[in-house]
Amino acid sequence: MTAVKEAEPTRSAPPVSLERANYGDRIFKFVLTLAAVLIPIMLAFLVYELWTGSKLAIDRFGLSFVTSSTWDPVAEEFGAFPLMFGTLLSSLIALLIAVPLSLGVAIYLTEFAPKVVRQPVAFLIGLLAAIPSVVYGLWGIFVLIPALRTTAFPFLRKALGFLPFFQGPIYGPSMLAAGIILAIMIMPYIMSVSREVLLAVPNTQREAALALGATRWEAVTSAVVPYARSGLIGAIILGLGRALGETMAVTMVIGNRHEIAASLFAPGYTMAAAIANEFSEAVGDLHLSALAYVAFLLFVVTVVVNAGARLLIWRVARGSGAGSSAL
Amino acid sequence: MNRRVLRRVFSNFMVGLMIGAVIVALIPLFFILLNLVLKGAGSISLDFFTKTPAPAGETGGGVAHALVGTLIIVGTACLIGLPIGIGAGIYCAEYPSSRLTWVTRFVADVLNGTPSIVVGVFAWTWIVARQKHFSALAGSVALALLMIPMVLRTTEEMIKLVPNSLREAALALGYPRWRTSLSVVIRTTLPGIMTGALLAIARVAGETAPLLFTALGSQYLSFNLNQPMAALPLTVFNYATGPYEEWHQYAWAAALVLILVVFVLSLGARLAIRNRFSLNG
Repeated sequence: MTAVKEAEPTRSAPPVSLERANYGDRIFKFVLTLAAVLIPIMLAFLVYELWTGSKLAIDRFGLSFVTSSTWDPVAEEFGAFPLMFGTLLSSLIALLIAVPLSLGVAIYLTEFAPKVVRQPVAFLIGLLAAIPSVVYGLWGIFVLIPALRTTAFPFLRKALGFLPFFQGPIYGPSMLAAGIILAIMIMPYIMSVSREVLLAVPNTQREAALALGATRWEAVTSAVVPYARSGLIGAIILGLGRALGETMAVTMVIGNRHEIAASLFAPGYTMAAAIANEFSEAVGDLHLSALAYVAFLLFVVTVVVNAGARLLIWRVARGSGAGSSAL
Repeated sequence: MNRRVLRRVFSNFMVGLMIGAVIVALIPLFFILLNLVLKGAGSISLDFFTKTPAPAGETGGGVAHALVGTLIIVGTACLIGLPIGIGAGIYCAEYPSSRLTWVTRFVADVLNGTPSIVVGVFAWTWIVARQKHFSALAGSVALALLMIPMVLRTTEEMIKLVPNSLREAALALGYPRWRTSLSVVIRTTLPGIMTGALLAIARVAGETAPLLFTALGSQYLSFNLNQPMAALPLTVFNYATGPYEEWHQYAWAAALVLILVVFVLSLGARLAIRNRFSLNG
């Protein structure tokens, strides 16, 4: 019987002993677990700090904080209603402008555009997402607002002045300007998530519609969009979530006035802008606590909105990772 | 017949509208970049990069303090955020069925959607309020918190792309679990992980809101993490909203530099990713 010579052990390190290998594994897992566990701890700490920071204001104002409109640091009376109204209104305007544009671009890029054009255009729109918020604000102050003030706003006032939204003096910095800049900023996000959602629709849907004699547009509206509808709504809500929290560009173009006005040409305020402007110069603990209260409310609202959005997107594009790159 | 032609015409009309939407969507991009170059390039000079600000109202001086400040603040944020983000990303990818993975991923999503100003408020209550003074460190912590979810996600996705056969081969050759992860999996995905880190750095370098009341900004060159420090986006904001015309010009130039940095980092990172792995096509 020929003795079979045992193969040389390979150069790659065999464990010297089982204990040594276990040691390494355990340390490795421990270090990684430490890193992973820090993240929920951080979030819990964040919520805790926001809560304790706002405690003073919560004890003093309670829920009337949300309904009151007085913001008087001297008299120590704070009410965040104009802030919440401004946040919602500016985001609403942004959605009204951005959603048709984003959906139109997304549908065009997924269904109609020639293949050569798809990547470059998607890339260019992605560039819009990479521009820092403060640069948008800078452009807003010195280019957009003067242009709006001399052309678009007077035109709107002349054409639609019978509506209370377009009456009143035109200063430049205004709710409408903020809405427009927000629209430009959220458009790439809505577009890219919509595109991913639309790409997740199986081709059989399109082919079936076309086989039944639909035009290309009809195939989209009758077969693709209904299938992707909850995902598209999720994309829109995701855009809303971003618009709610946007700070710098808004505070540079909205006029920063704690007021509610019917006119879209009037200055306004949002929750994020108020925090940005007043936090470093707040007078007194109650003022700071009121601003922390605003931050807490903003946090809760954006978490709820984003969670809803992700749920909707997940229902259409589960597992394809849609929406993850947009965030 | 008539009806079919009408439907076809309508379809083409809608396609035309959508092309219009694409053009309208790209117009702001074009105008912003054009304005940045036209208005900002004029103020860029060697002085701009090497000098600190002149007294208000005077010409001359530069934004060296902001460039150095951004480097220090973002660098410190990387030191804090990258290990945690990459480590947690590796954990989530290597132990996907663990409950901690589910929790961490969910929390990272929540943090991702949190407005950066809220993170700034948190850094303020945690560090600035307790220390009773503003500091660049607080700003770095806020930026690190913003960085972690992004880095976690890209790391996890990169590691998931590694085929299991590679892991199995290493394990079959006798590598312990930890050695497999480090030497085989991560070495393969290291370019991807670095790219993800670069993308997060680019995003975070342009953030202003979390620095507003943590690092606060400053007119002076400083290397002290325990003191307020200038940063490029803060400088753009302060100069843009200031009363002096010279400041406005410098704001444009600083914004141009900022956007160049952000673009170069992001585009470089994306190009590197595209060559190695195709993620979303």
